[in-house]
Amino acid sequence: MDTLANLAMGFSIAITPFTLMLAVIGCFVGTIIGALPGLGPSNGVALLIPISFSMGLDAISALVLLTSVYYGAMYGGRISSILLNIPGDEPAMMTTLDGYPMARQGMAAEALVVSGVASFVGALLATIGLMIFAPYLARVAYQFGPAEYFALYVLAFCTLGGIGSSNQAKAAMAAAIGLGIAMIGMDKTTGMPRFTFGELHLMDGVDFLVAIVGLFAVAEVFHFIESHGKDSAIGVKLGKILVPWRMLRQTSGAMLRGTGIGFVAGVLPGAGASLGSFLAYMAEKSVAKDKHSFGKGNPKGVAAPEAGNNAAAGGALVPMLTLGVPGSGTTAVLLALLLTLNITPGPLLFTERPEVVWSLIASLLIANVVLLLMNVPMVKVFVKILSVPAWVLLPGVTMIAFVGIYSLTGSSFDMLMMVGFGVLGYVMRKLDMPTVPVILGILLGNAMEDNLRRAMVLSNGDWWYLLSSPIAVGLWIAAILGFVAPIFLRRLLKKPALPATDPTLNED
Amino acid sequence: MIRGDRIFGSVMIVVALGYILSARGIQTSFMSDPVGPRIFPYMIATVIILSALVMVLRPDPDQDWPAGPMVAQLGLALVVLVAYAYAITPLGFLIPTAIASGILSWQIGGHPMRAALSGLGLSVGLFVLFRVILGLGLKGLPAGMGF
Repeated sequence: MDTLANLAMGFSIAITPFTLMLAVIGCFVGTIIGALPGLGPSNGVALLIPISFSMGLDAISALVLLTSVYYGAMYGGRISSILLNIPGDEPAMMTTLDGYPMARQGMAAEALVVSGVASFVGALLATIGLMIFAPYLARVAYQFGPAEYFALYVLAFCTLGGIGSSNQAKAAMAAAIGLGIAMIGMDKTTGMPRFTFGELHLMDGVDFLVAIVGLFAVAEVFHFIESHGKDSAIGVKLGKILVPWRMLRQTSGAMLRGTGIGFVAGVLPGAGASLGSFLAYMAEKSVAKDKHSFGKGNPKGVAAPEAGNNAAAGGALVPMLTLGVPGSGTTAVLLALLLTLNITPGPLLFTERPEVVWSLIASLLIANVVLLLMNVPMVKVFVKILSVPAWVLLPGVTMIAFVGIYSLTGSSFDMLMMVGFGVLGYVMRKLDMPTVPVILGILLGNAMEDNLRRAMVLSNGDWWYLLSSPIAVGLWIAAILGFVAPIFLRRLLKKPALPATDPTLNED
Repeated sequence: MIRGDRIFGSVMIVVALGYILSARGIQTSFMSDPVGPRIFPYMIATVIILSALVMVLRPDPDQDWPAGPMVAQLGLALVVLVAYAYAITPLGFLIPTAIASGILSWQIGGHPMRAALSGLGLSVGLFVLFRVILGLGLKGLPAGMGF
């Protein structure tokens, strides 16, 4: 009953005409961002943080706006997967496998409706799961001391590196680069500058927004110049949109199974939506009686990964809100948003600022309904927008990135640093190194060091203190397993071949 | 055959050593803790060196690196972005944005005329969006020329 009372409180804050308008705008913009190849949820939300911040929105309005964008982008990714065989973002990759064949058989409208409803089911159930599990996990998290938190951060980096990338060394390198950058600036305990080389701009450290926008958005421009925008949209045809009730009934089982798998994958730190949709698709294929039709336009192959991907997006919010440890690239960006708004996620958030948590959850539920309405009857609008060519889109994105950082800090130094991160992002992508661990490192670096040092103060310098509680030991074991096990599992979990037109993927 | 992984790994080893050297110079104050401000940077540098060694010793198959004219194109894009970062404060939003986005548009899609038009369009369109609709404090033109 507690949950319902809290939820009512959340709705009472979130349902004002202004926040509803923000939710609608956020959903609309988010769906566009998700649908456009080359712009994923991570860089979409990253671009909008500085702008919403300079507009002077209060914390709850900004949260409503940007979480609507987040959910919207998760819905939108499927549109270009189905129509163009180009995933709008990485989690939508699995949707291309059956969505594009369906579109070629003249069932584009059906595929869009089924995937839209599957997204709704996945996201709605995951939001309900978030309501049930997050307070419970928050209570567990109360018992976490500095040693446990340090182990938890290690776990997040290990699973992110282990599951999310193909080369452990490169993932570890990326995380260490991020942590190393986080060390720049004033040391909080001693008040001494570190790695600033006398540069005053560096005293406050490197702003994570600068890094995120550079790594995600500016790097994309270099990539598109090299590829000459050959992934841009081509002629799209779409018939009348009718709701295929029979197909929805047939795929309801696939949606529910996909939701369950996706939610669990989302809750695990570091796994995220791409893994959620991948596992949901593979599981659906293995339980289905008509296995051979998967990959040839089976609606279940559209419903399962879409439900999984959206459920994982909701599930990823559980560790982000309760522990302050994001489960994916996009939730890392949302964590950046919370920190910018001076909201520290963690168990205390649920007791000290319940209005933030519950209005966030209420706005997620609102966003879902808005998105269902937008994405089923109004999907044609987004199909039109999809035909924006890359040679308008990418310069526009770059300029928005500059304006965002410029209006936030007003300094050329930060914009130069953003360009520098863009170059780093380009090089890392060339080397097949994940960029999300860098972001996570910059975001969590100071908290990680802080917890390590507090643990050592408590134990008077005894390093075994880090392994002194069962929770900490469990987290360390999970971290090591999460890092090492994928080396052996990789052969079993081989990803299916990419669609023929090699798409530009975004890190989830 | 030198591979990208080897070069990047070697560079990162040098960077990490420099990082350690710089960390050695961090001053501590009398009110420090058992760990101090240097240990964590040392740990990070160790992780970098270890993973860099793996990258040097067991590099992945190389990607297609840009060559010749493409390097020049990417270099031009970099110059444009850096120049833009310096130009936006003294020259205002409209002129640098039109030039920078025009050049980028040309680099991505070709067709100089089309690119020039989309640069102009983006410059004016984004200015209206940010200044008029979203109300951000952007300067439109160089100081003393209105807006």
